[in-house]
Amino acid sequence: MNSYSIKGAKDSNGKVGNYFVSDGVLVNESELSSSAKEIDAKDLTILPGFVDLHTHLREPGREDAETVLTGSMSAATGGFTAISAMPNTLPVADTAGVVEQVYRLGKHHGICDVYPIGAVTVGQGGTQLAELSAMNQSEAAVRIFSDDGHCVSDALVMRRALEYVKTFDGIIAQHAQDPRLTQDSQMNEGEISARLGLKGWPAVAEEAIIARDVLLAEHVDSRLHVCHVTTAGGVEIIRTAKERGIKVTAEVTPHHLLLTDDLAESYDPVYKVNPPLRTKDDVQALREGLADGTIDIIATDHAPHPQESKDCEWSAAAFGMVGLETAFSIAYLAMVETKLLTLAQLVDRMSKIPAQIGRYQGHGSISVGAGANFTLVDLDSKWKVERLKLASKSKNTPFDGMVLPGVITKTFNNGALVYERNSK
Amino acid sequence: MKHLLSISDLSKDEAMEILDTAAELARLSEGAVKKFPTLRGRTVVNLFFEDSTRTRISFEAAAKRLSADVINFAAKGSSVSKGESLKDTALTLQAMGADAVVIRHGASGAAHQLAKQEWMKGVVINAGDGTHEHPTQALLDAFTIRRHLKSNQGDLSGVKVGIIGDILHSRVARSNILLLKKLDAEVVLIAPPTLIPVGVSNWQVGVSYSLDDQIKTLDVVMALRVQKERMDDLYFPTEREYARGYGLTSERMNQMKAKAIVMHPGPMNRGLEISAESADSHRSVIVEQVANGVSVRMAVLYLLLGGATFKELASSGESL
Amino acid sequence: MSVILNSGEISRALRRISHEILEKNHGPENLLLLGIPTRGAYLGRRIASAISEIEKTELESGTLDITMYRDDLRLKAPRTLLPTSIPGGSIDGKDVVLIDDVFYSGRTIRAALDALNELGRPKSVQLAVLIDRGHRELPIRADFVGKNIPTAKEESVRVHLSEIDPLDEVFIEGRTQ
Repeated sequence: MNSYSIKGAKDSNGKVGNYFVSDGVLVNESELSSSAKEIDAKDLTILPGFVDLHTHLREPGREDAETVLTGSMSAATGGFTAISAMPNTLPVADTAGVVEQVYRLGKHHGICDVYPIGAVTVGQGGTQLAELSAMNQSEAAVRIFSDDGHCVSDALVMRRALEYVKTFDGIIAQHAQDPRLTQDSQMNEGEISARLGLKGWPAVAEEAIIARDVLLAEHVDSRLHVCHVTTAGGVEIIRTAKERGIKVTAEVTPHHLLLTDDLAESYDPVYKVNPPLRTKDDVQALREGLADGTIDIIATDHAPHPQESKDCEWSAAAFGMVGLETAFSIAYLAMVETKLLTLAQLVDRMSKIPAQIGRYQGHGSISVGAGANFTLVDLDSKWKVERLKLASKSKNTPFDGMVLPGVITKTFNNGALVYERNSK
Repeated sequence: MKHLLSISDLSKDEAMEILDTAAELARLSEGAVKKFPTLRGRTVVNLFFEDSTRTRISFEAAAKRLSADVINFAAKGSSVSKGESLKDTALTLQAMGADAVVIRHGASGAAHQLAKQEWMKGVVINAGDGTHEHPTQALLDAFTIRRHLKSNQGDLSGVKVGIIGDILHSRVARSNILLLKKLDAEVVLIAPPTLIPVGVSNWQVGVSYSLDDQIKTLDVVMALRVQKERMDDLYFPTEREYARGYGLTSERMNQMKAKAIVMHPGPMNRGLEISAESADSHRSVIVEQVANGVSVRMAVLYLLLGGATFKELASSGESL
Repeated sequence: MSVILNSGEISRALRRISHEILEKNHGPENLLLLGIPTRGAYLGRRIASAISEIEKTELESGTLDITMYRDDLRLKAPRTLLPTSIPGGSIDGKDVVLIDDVFYSGRTIRAALDALNELGRPKSVQLAVLIDRGHRELPIRADFVGKNIPTAKEESVRVHLSEIDPLDEVFIEGRTQ
């Protein structure tokens, strides 16, 4: 195991210091072995490794789009040291067996800590609860459950799930989308969808589910997490729920903090995503919600798709965008450069708070004794997104060609240097 | 004009030029001239992924009357039904050297993708993409209105058009709304609320849920086909209720202004959105719409392909 | 630029052409005048009006647009179609007189002959032009000529008519003295 000595790095408040890594942990200089590699981190900022609570790794079943290995590499490239694998794989991760498989793959590759998320219902079919306890007690120690990709739309099933996970301090992460209001929906319902002849996905289909779920969570006193909030109305409901003391947390994706539904005018399916891009007013409400804490964290919803799934007419294209490698830069652009958050506040929302919600040990802080999970970022430089050069196996990014702030130069996972940017 | 993908590609002047050109061609066709040599040597491909006999034949007739060579590609039974993508179909046809592609497809935006992704080198004409647009239908509708109500000259100012029916799913409605507004007509949409798209307030059109309230004020009654296949989606309780509220019955037709005309893009559900009597009445210009379609499509083909195309001009260094 | 014909000279030339057309065709009865738009059409109308006055009859002039038959269509962006109107509806059996302002390479008239071919079978086709500037590229000749003007290829001959221009005149541009 290598030891490292990182000299002259700024922390998220700008204070310059030195940091030392030994045996996978951050240590005092005195505990360092003499053979430590020295890293000159002058002008770089050291941040706790980012923690994603919403990642699609596609393995098992869709290895043509991504694998645990390539997804981990993509994560490390983006400065993430922990990711949470959504269960909409083939087979669905609704048993101890599948979650353990994903967990062990993550461990084996050793690039990023992979925390599998278990399905709420068998096959994500929405009717029968999956063996949530078995998944929790497996080696994967699953605590977060989601049918993401689908909504747990049956109120009784959602209630039971919320009650059941109280056994082990678990959390139900809901993909809020009323299926009856969104059959065949292609993009946000509004003036643009009316003009483009694409079936609309109305905001109320998200808001109505969030409203119902926060009331259920209140009634049974359980933890609810709302995935990828995209609507101003949704933010309002969550704000009110928190004021009432309801145990709800929420996430927003980087792309929903920046992009709007008018991008669909080009009919380029790179902008097709579920839940869809919405209006300027929604973007503004999401930014304000993230700033005031109504929305707790940023989560990428990294959704890799092979080329042929996007190289076709809009209605035939798959929904989703990759996002691990651009997440920090986009979030920085949307929230720090606009002065809505300080760097430190942004980093909390990408690292400390998601780690708390998931109860992930060893992530979210840079202090002596903590796991050596951190990234070194050059905040003075910019980088150009070149889709074909992404580490992810899939290249479906809506940011291709953009020049973004914040270059991730190195990432450490449990004390190992797992990513280093090639200098040009 | 580079491609014709959407009515919004056209300025008012360009739209008027198409109508004026179509008028001249219609006049010539009424005389002895049935064929012009103008597009000799050009190849036009009809790329139809959806069944449509009338539109395809109309484009074919238009292309042939200009002496173009026509290749017809029908998706059923072709490689597409075996899973070949739009992109590969386009690339294959491109190898045959098409100067223009007339595309009808079930997905909104298909024509845009053909044009923008540059899978084909030719000029792209949208003959109907999903529920998005059908520009040549709107042009022939405007042409028909202008002939009857404006002596074939000028724009459509002062003309009030009522578009009745399934606006939500109608590409004909979308193109017509754009074109009629561009030509300064007044447009009112008449449908049950479930069939009016959210977001229509930006379109500067009137909206009414009552055909009876509007019928006496309209110069043009444009009835849209009820897409019966949509019934499952609960847009209205029964066909009977729809016909009672929004069907163009003889009683309603008799309330129309003296010179008002009845239009329908076809195919009609006689007895549903339009009664048989109304369809066959002296007010109905439905059959004429079909004939005008050929002249309008000839005008579009002439203006896109008759001179140098925008790509040919670009490669020779000139600009349009 | 130098003026070749002024207003008076133009109207005298048209008058003479009108008489010549009548003489060659033994009267106006079977004539069908077709001006090639834009300015050929105005000249056609003037000639028809002169003939009507001379013979005390009512002779109309029509127009024949040749845009669709041009051999140089593909070189430039598409051109607007101009109106075609045939008085009496048919050219069969008629003595058609095509009228144009400037006669140069002959390609316009070749296109007009193609257009006439589609319309029917005239008894004869004759050509009246206000200005013949030479440099024929095809074996076509005019029957009635207002004025012959030898020109160099770099020069352009412009005909202005008061129907759409400030005044009647014919002038040459690009002439180096």
